Amino acid sequence: MARYILQRLGYMILTLFLIATFSFFLMKMLPGSPLSSEQKVTEAQREIILEKYGLNDPVPVQYARYMGNLLQGDLGVSFQLKNQPVTDILLSRIPISAQLGLYALLIGTVLGMLLGLIAAIKNNSWVDYSANIVSVIGISIPSFIFAGLMQYYVGVKLGLLPIAFWGTWQQAVMPTIALAIFPMAIGARFMRTEMIEVLGSDFIVTARAKGLNNTGILFKHGLRNALIPLVTVMGPMAVSLMTGTLVIEQIFSIPGIGEQFVSSVMTDDFAIIMGTTLFFAFFFVLIILIVDLLYGIIDPRIRLAGGKD
Amino acid sequence: MRKANWLLIVLALMLSAVLVACSGNDTTEEEDTGTDTTDTETETPEEEPAEEEAPEQVLNILEGSQIPTMDSSHATDAVAFQFLGESMEGLYRLDENAQPTPGIAAGEPEISEDGLTWTIQLREDAVWSNGDPVTAHDFVFAWRRAVNPDTGSEYGPFMMNGVIANAQEVNEGEVAVEELGVEATSDTELVITLAKPVPYFYGLLTFGTFLPLNEAFVTEQGADYALSSDNLIYNGPFLLQDWNPTGDNPDQWSLVKNPDYWDAETVTLEQINVSVVKETSTAVNLYETGDTDRAGLSAEYVEQYAGTEDFRTMPEAVLFYLKMNQSNEALANQDIRKAIAMSIGKQDLVDVILANGSVVSTGAVPQNFSAHPETGEDFRELNGDLIVENKETAKEHWAAGLEALGTDTVELRYLGGDSEVAQEMDAYIKNQLEGNLEGLTVTISSVPFEERIARDEASDYDIQNSGWGPDYLDPNTWLEMWTTSSPYMTMNYNNEEFNSLIEQANNELLTQPVERFETFLEAEKVMMEDAAIAPLYQRSRAYLWRPGVEGVVFNPMGADFNYKWAHIE
Repeated sequence: MARYILQRLGYMILTLFLIATFSFFLMKMLPGSPLSSEQKVTEAQREIILEKYGLNDPVPVQYARYMGNLLQGDLGVSFQLKNQPVTDILLSRIPISAQLGLYALLIGTVLGMLLGLIAAIKNNSWVDYSANIVSVIGISIPSFIFAGLMQYYVGVKLGLLPIAFWGTWQQAVMPTIALAIFPMAIGARFMRTEMIEVLGSDFIVTARAKGLNNTGILFKHGLRNALIPLVTVMGPMAVSLMTGTLVIEQIFSIPGIGEQFVSSVMTDDFAIIMGTTLFFAFFFVLIILIVDLLYGIIDPRIRLAGGKD
Repeated sequence: MRKANWLLIVLALMLSAVLVACSGNDTTEEEDTGTDTTDTETETPEEEPAEEEAPEQVLNILEGSQIPTMDSSHATDAVAFQFLGESMEGLYRLDENAQPTPGIAAGEPEISEDGLTWTIQLREDAVWSNGDPVTAHDFVFAWRRAVNPDTGSEYGPFMMNGVIANAQEVNEGEVAVEELGVEATSDTELVITLAKPVPYFYGLLTFGTFLPLNEAFVTEQGADYALSSDNLIYNGPFLLQDWNPTGDNPDQWSLVKNPDYWDAETVTLEQINVSVVKETSTAVNLYETGDTDRAGLSAEYVEQYAGTEDFRTMPEAVLFYLKMNQSNEALANQDIRKAIAMSIGKQDLVDVILANGSVVSTGAVPQNFSAHPETGEDFRELNGDLIVENKETAKEHWAAGLEALGTDTVELRYLGGDSEVAQEMDAYIKNQLEGNLEGLTVTISSVPFEERIARDEASDYDIQNSGWGPDYLDPNTWLEMWTTSSPYMTMNYNNEEFNSLIEQANNELLTQPVERFETFLEAEKVMMEDAAIAPLYQRSRAYLWRPGVEGVVFNPMGADFNYKWAHIE
């Protein structure tokens, strides 16, 4: 197991290196420059500024410099937020997005699993149909619609919760619900389908024949097997939820990384785009590793080390 | 067994992650209530009745983005100039009539006969928030820093090159920074040497790039200067507080009254709380619950609020027009251009599509921007409406143009923006043109801003919906851009008479304000007779403003708002 993890860590570093290289050159191919008053500065002035920031050097030189700094953990400074270190910007914004994403993921998944479980047990009853309707609505209506409706009715009309900003738990409620609806709906659908299939399979019948009680069968044998596909979808969903969601952050004015990322793309803020991309990539490969490890725990038949041990 | 242990470890990890996240939340919460007490007091709805009895001088406002920088040498955008304008004081500040009024300067500048040497006496009682006096040396340091190529400033050379003596030479590294035409002859006397007698220099002195900097403080802070409100000192009406783009709450900060400001007795507002909100619907909701006193409105909200006492429109000095590229054979014909310029129903455009108080534009210089130096009459009023909608005359010009071209169909590529309003507007204009001018086909490309600028620079369009905001308070900022040598004139317009009028205004007439102004009037007429551009509208912005907030000055350039003279009734 230790060897497997080491090997995977090696691949992770290689992957990140490739992503860094690839995004660096892609970004250099983009037209435009980070100058904010592009239209107004003269050619000579532009050259002086690009020279000052080392943007006039040949791209391979810039690449070597960037990778060298990267190895020392230096992500450079932002152009848009003049001279603010990119690391500091990411560190102030990522925790906010991650926190919101985590709330939504936990609440969404737990509720979704419950909903799916109930629907599966009460298969083809009115409970099942209502759970189905809820999840179809959750999947098909975009989160910003819920966000806007909640903001208007719960925030303005009823005055129950603050409309925007971040800091208190009250402020976290509406964005969390808006974000949690999608993972909940997905979770419920997967759980229901898998559970119905698992509950009809031979080993469950065997378990019943052995005289195990219903709860035992459901949780020890049923749930464990039904979890595998759910873990597969929840991994990437965790990444997308916790790396910031532009729309929800913007509607609730939450200073997260999603909002920052989009505005840095709009302003060609090279250092922030690279820093955020690398962070997202790191988080993604990490989650994939965790998901793979989880498979082994949930289902011993999935062997990690390729049958060698 | 081994697997079960793993499960436990993973569960424990997940649990600790949740706990960490929760405790993180707790700290931010505490810090919030600790630092923003005034904020929560004024924002809590149940305290509002108390506020109405004796209005607290606290204003809550929203901004569309964070402050990109508080370093005046690096500032380039409206938000940065806004908060520099509130927290810093330059030589002069624009008053409610857009005229410079003394700030750190003790009075009006003393200008030499040739208009090249400006001597300004500074007041002695102005101090920085660390107690240092504000001296003439602070201006010298700041201006040198702005054009120093090592600073890498965009607006420094843009505002100063060709204006202050040697600015361009310093910026291009030809001479030492000490050669820049600004000198502190004593702590309270600043002598500025201009590259040419720039008539609008007085107005320029109110601009953020010309703010002073305390050399000792800036040098001591080094790379950390202006990274947060703790790395700044101020000399303006308000002090910036809790601003930290890399802190726990990067999107909220406030301005508090500066007790050491030289004119502190004029300042009535005690505090201004600022939050970043990008979504118009969120801003409107926050206004509805009383959490903010100002919210910007987009077109779809204007209808809902127009006519209420909260609704205010603020005209801007920003013009929109169609650029017609004369490299296109049809558009090289004056009749065709006139036909296009006169076919568009501009009143409906501003009333129905924009619906934010924007007004129809009929020339190349906006309303209420520059006045005749002697009579004080507005430029726009003096020249009147030069191109107005007239569908019948347009048809006559169209027929004449088509005959001269020997064709009965014209196809034009139309370049426009990709925002919702821009697309709606462009579709309307296409409809107006094709509906009135028989044989005309217009093909619209809606592209993002950067792409539009790239195509503009490459002259890659037939018609382009474009706009412009002023760089200084002088008609030249609207007219020089249409001369043949201007980099912004991408539509192959070339009129010798126009070029030479602008040339005269910027050379021999520099020290004769009246003749110069009249030359600009003449130049605009020449250009509009050519129908070089088709004027569309002058933009306004629609806002919800809490009734009772009075005295906010709306500037035609630089900081959009000025709260120095504002109060709550």
